[in-house]
Amino acid sequence: MIQHCPVLIVLLPLTAALLCLLFSKFNKNLGSWLVIGSIAGSLACSLQVLHQTLTSGEAIHYWMGNWEPPLGIEFVIDPLSAVMAVLITFISLMVAVYSKPFMRKEDWLHIGGYYTLYGLLTVGLCGMVITGDMFNLYVYLEVMSLSGYGLIAMGGKKSMLAAFRYMLIGTIGASLYLISVAYLYAMTGTLNMADLGERIMPYLSSPPFALAVACLFIGFGIKMALFPLHGWQPDAYNFAHPGSAAFIAGVMSKVPAYAIIRFFFYIFGVNNPIISTALTVLGILGIGGVLIGSIMALAQYDFRRMLAYSSVAQIGYIAIGLAIGNMYGFIGAVLHIINHAFMKSALFLVIGGIQYRFGEINLYRLGGLNKKMTLSTITVTLAALSMVGIPPTAGFFSKWYLMLGAYQGGQYFYIVILVISSLLNAVYFFRILEQMFVQHEASLTEINRHEGKLGLPPEMAIPILCAGIGILVLGFYSVDIVDDILKSGLPEVFLR
Amino acid sequence: MGALNEFLQTKGIYTLVMILFFLGVYGMVLSKNYMKKLMAMNVMQVAVIFFYLCLAQKEGGMIPIFDPNVPDAASYINPLPHCLMLTAIVVSLGTTGVAIALLMRIKEVYGSVEEVEVIRRASK
Repeated sequence: MIQHCPVLIVLLPLTAALLCLLFSKFNKNLGSWLVIGSIAGSLACSLQVLHQTLTSGEAIHYWMGNWEPPLGIEFVIDPLSAVMAVLITFISLMVAVYSKPFMRKEDWLHIGGYYTLYGLLTVGLCGMVITGDMFNLYVYLEVMSLSGYGLIAMGGKKSMLAAFRYMLIGTIGASLYLISVAYLYAMTGTLNMADLGERIMPYLSSPPFALAVACLFIGFGIKMALFPLHGWQPDAYNFAHPGSAAFIAGVMSKVPAYAIIRFFFYIFGVNNPIISTALTVLGILGIGGVLIGSIMALAQYDFRRMLAYSSVAQIGYIAIGLAIGNMYGFIGAVLHIINHAFMKSALFLVIGGIQYRFGEINLYRLGGLNKKMTLSTITVTLAALSMVGIPPTAGFFSKWYLMLGAYQGGQYFYIVILVISSLLNAVYFFRILEQMFVQHEASLTEINRHEGKLGLPPEMAIPILCAGIGILVLGFYSVDIVDDILKSGLPEVFLR
Repeated sequence: MGALNEFLQTKGIYTLVMILFFLGVYGMVLSKNYMKKLMAMNVMQVAVIFFYLCLAQKEGGMIPIFDPNVPDAASYINPLPHCLMLTAIVVSLGTTGVAIALLMRIKEVYGSVEEVEVIRRASK
């Protein structure tokens, strides 16, 4: 049983998601609990494989149907992908429990459909991080995207438009990735990532390889909302179903970033001219994203839209970390993927809670919220401090590693950008804190009245608390995370 | 003429596929009707499928069903791209299905699938 853990990470939510509608027909809550339970099982399997890969110190290879790679499809789990799988399943579990109260008044079809899509989204994301096959990655990318379109479209009237636009742009991205796979396959005759890494060696400076890298870059750039390609993202995050927005905003754009890391750092290696050019471009786009995203976030009065633009900026940080291209920059980027997933989920969980109780998303109408929803405002405070980068919250440490990397690489320009953007972050996040703690109490109409200390139903309050604590824990234990986990999963380029 | 012939023989089909792909992207960007955008998206996906099929093609290759009289692997065409494209066709079918469902809901809510009209009504 233990040796099948890698495949169970995707198999459990997949089975549950497909059975969900059927079970919901019998009892409208049964299907949702099935999906939540399966995601919990998936989290347990991820923790098990993380433990296994850390203790043995080598990657776990799982052969589908025992077909030997490169002919068969394999799942490869090294410390980096195991950490990503744990991150995805943990946030997925939190948000799945959290979205239950939104569904209370819906009929079985809505609940079943929502949790089916939710389970499939989890499958797609987990599959993308643990697969060791290029085409399989495309399949999981599409599973993720299609269920993501569905979840975004469930958010109400305007969300359909956002979902349709995202679908058009996202399909271009997926098609470009497919073309890139075609070029790589035509050059090497293999789809297995490890095999590709060896066979691509003679072609590393050839024109088709440059074309393949360009297609891959733009394809995943669209999916991760890299700066000039982020047009779909504010609408999609803004109008997504409030229950699932935390998961979509927190994780969905990080996994394509992980795919770029996997291809550039682990398969191709960064020591050749084409990849270093691509990384330079990534850095320039990252700088653009950091500046434009922060400035656009300043201009918003809609809380969710502001967070969406701030995501563009945070993706820029990850891009900058990769562009720095040394060990600290890389660690900073990966740490920021993890930290930002927690911070953004926490913020979206809280905004969903405010929306659930008051139906209000205008951030200038949140005065005196600290008295009504104390717990949520504490989490917002933690997440905001973390976004700005104030120790001991998690955000400080990833920025610290990014700056350390930029300093070591002599790229002082990046440090200036990081400091400027932290100041901009401070401006737009302290604006929210000022509203919540200092301003007069705004007159808010209660849609779903909820008395008591938590201010929200326990299913919503506990994930919010978990996310808040998570930000602190990631901050306090960041040294352990870096030393024990991330450093054991570094790409070969940095070990020599 | 010789140069043209050689170009058409070696790169002609790829040029056509590339033109088809960018026609799709062009249509998606520039047409004002969401249904037309969706059709252009399908054109783009078909171009990718053609691209794979062209890769698998080989002069003098036979269909990839094993014949004991021809043990040499080089005399068969490569079946893998075709298999991959079966998956890609299913994916594009799924995408089209989701897109049409979304369009039906957009038509229901806004009463139109013309971009200008929908955006005008959505911003109200």
